[in-house]
Amino acid sequence: MTLLLIQIFNGLVNGAFYALLSLGLAVIFGMLRIVNFAHGALYMLGAFTAYAIGERFGIGFWPSLLIAPIAVGIFGVILERLLIRRLYDLPASYNLLLTFGLTLLIQDGVRLIYGISGQPYAPPAQLAGATNLGFIVFPTFRLFAIIVSVVVCVLTWFVIERTRVGAVVRACTENPTITRAFGIDVSLWITAVFGFGAALAGLAGVLAAPIYSVDPLMGSELIITTFAVVVIGGLGSILGSVVTGYAVGVLVAIGSALYPPIANTLIFILMALVLLLRPTGLFGLQEAR
Amino acid sequence: MTARRWVVRIGVLLLLLVLPRLIYPILAVDILCWGLFALAFDLVFGYAGLLSFGHAMFWGTSAYVTANLLFRTGLPVPVAILLGTIAALVLSLPTGYLSIRSAGIYFSMVTLAFAQMIDFIARQAEDYTGGDNGLPGIPRPSLGPIHFDNAIHLVLAALGYVVAARAIESPFGQALRAIRDNRTRAQSVGYNPRVQMMVAFVISAGLSGLAGGLQAVGHGVVSLDVVHWTTSGIVVMMVLLGGTGTLLGPLVGAALVLLLRDSLASSTTATGVVTGAVFAATVLFFRRGVVGTLLMLDFRRRKAVEAPAPPAAEAAPPKQVTAANPQVRTP
Repeated sequence: MTLLLIQIFNGLVNGAFYALLSLGLAVIFGMLRIVNFAHGALYMLGAFTAYAIGERFGIGFWPSLLIAPIAVGIFGVILERLLIRRLYDLPASYNLLLTFGLTLLIQDGVRLIYGISGQPYAPPAQLAGATNLGFIVFPTFRLFAIIVSVVVCVLTWFVIERTRVGAVVRACTENPTITRAFGIDVSLWITAVFGFGAALAGLAGVLAAPIYSVDPLMGSELIITTFAVVVIGGLGSILGSVVTGYAVGVLVAIGSALYPPIANTLIFILMALVLLLRPTGLFGLQEAR
Repeated sequence: MTARRWVVRIGVLLLLLVLPRLIYPILAVDILCWGLFALAFDLVFGYAGLLSFGHAMFWGTSAYVTANLLFRTGLPVPVAILLGTIAALVLSLPTGYLSIRSAGIYFSMVTLAFAQMIDFIARQAEDYTGGDNGLPGIPRPSLGPIHFDNAIHLVLAALGYVVAARAIESPFGQALRAIRDNRTRAQSVGYNPRVQMMVAFVISAGLSGLAGGLQAVGHGVVSLDVVHWTTSGIVVMMVLLGGTGTLLGPLVGAALVLLLRDSLASSTTATGVVTGAVFAATVLFFRRGVVGTLLMLDFRRRKAVEAPAPPAAEAAPPKQVTAANPQVRTP
């Protein structure tokens, strides 16, 4: 029983990252109707930013938790303004391809500077060690990662669904022309939303740095797995992508506890099942294609 | 027009025949196999308008099946390659059925996810794939007094090329393009888009498998690269760079990408940076590709000859809306 509980918590840790990444993908998709392949590379950049400013300037985890997402967000803004913007009139596939090319470029660029092997990144002293939750003992930092992810996801959902800022974003998504007629600079909002999605990936990267090793390829596998999560949940709703992220994380953890060899493939089997029963995903919209 | 087509075709065949003399043979085999792979991919991307991001699974599965058959049985090389091709065909049935249920960008993500699953399985099944070490030293039984390897490759690849060309030029190919350009209209004429796309997907997977098996034998080694997601991406790059929706484009693109990578390998360590930059630049500024651009220039020139001083609007190239430009004729 304890083992299963630990496994569920491990699933929640993975789910925390699936949720943060698929939330970023969903926010960007909702606004721009594109799928950002470079999301994994942005996540990796978040981890490397934390690592690099720690190595060079001795900046610790806590400031990095703020600095890295902002840096990655700014990088995202630059990408959107310079490159991604040029392909809005074309089918979404072209932006998937563009961001794929950028992923190769960014990954290999980081590899040239830091090498291919993983870099260690220690969690802050306050979060080192383990916490006794009463029913299990679990590494403190991992608990922290879960909590941050939940808080950020809920906040994002709240801002988009319940505030004025969110109303503007939703208006830009649903009818850009009318929104423009109200005097709102839609293109500025598009850039901002892309930057925000990128920052979410950067945040996930910082949180991942002490848990997984920091290496140039850390984002590439995660992003493909996240794509499977996104297919399961559908890109239609913010809440849907978050819930699916956690659910898939936990389900896969339980499944692989029961039958270890299936660990890596279970998520894709789930995807196949969902495609059979609901081709647009659990929370997907019929029109989202 | 027909005569010109044949000139081009025979010219390409002759070029392929002398290619192993011009560059080192392994690179020539590479170009042949990747060219076929790219053409197979273009059948789905350029003609059916579906961006598959998982074609490495067919290429890689066939490569592993072919290699294992050659290691474990005494089957002749062409039979092993054929069985590898069949393995890719079989794999394409469930993956194709499931991914074609979703359209557009979802299709890309689903195919990518399935390919990642095959990648995971390949990494786990070390007995059959050799894991990170790969499978080196694939036996290549001698076939008689003459060194037949290149001939076999050329014959099988040519066979694949003919199958793809026939599929594209047949009424089936026309129907595919009709669905790509206007799904609803094609449906109202009586075509079932899903069935047509499924057939295209299966043919494409089979040809990718054929190419993968040929590549495995040609190299004498199969590594995990064959199922990696970058392989699925590189084949997209080849097709885009050469010219989407053209018969010759994928081969040209494969040659360009492989020559680029080959020259990079000896001059720099930043292969990925350059490849990624070329990829992004192609998507941004050169979506017609080499062959597509040549065809467009030719199209314009002939239009100018036929009707002197055409109005500017008419002479302007049609706006590229779909994955491939329907105005571009196949050579």
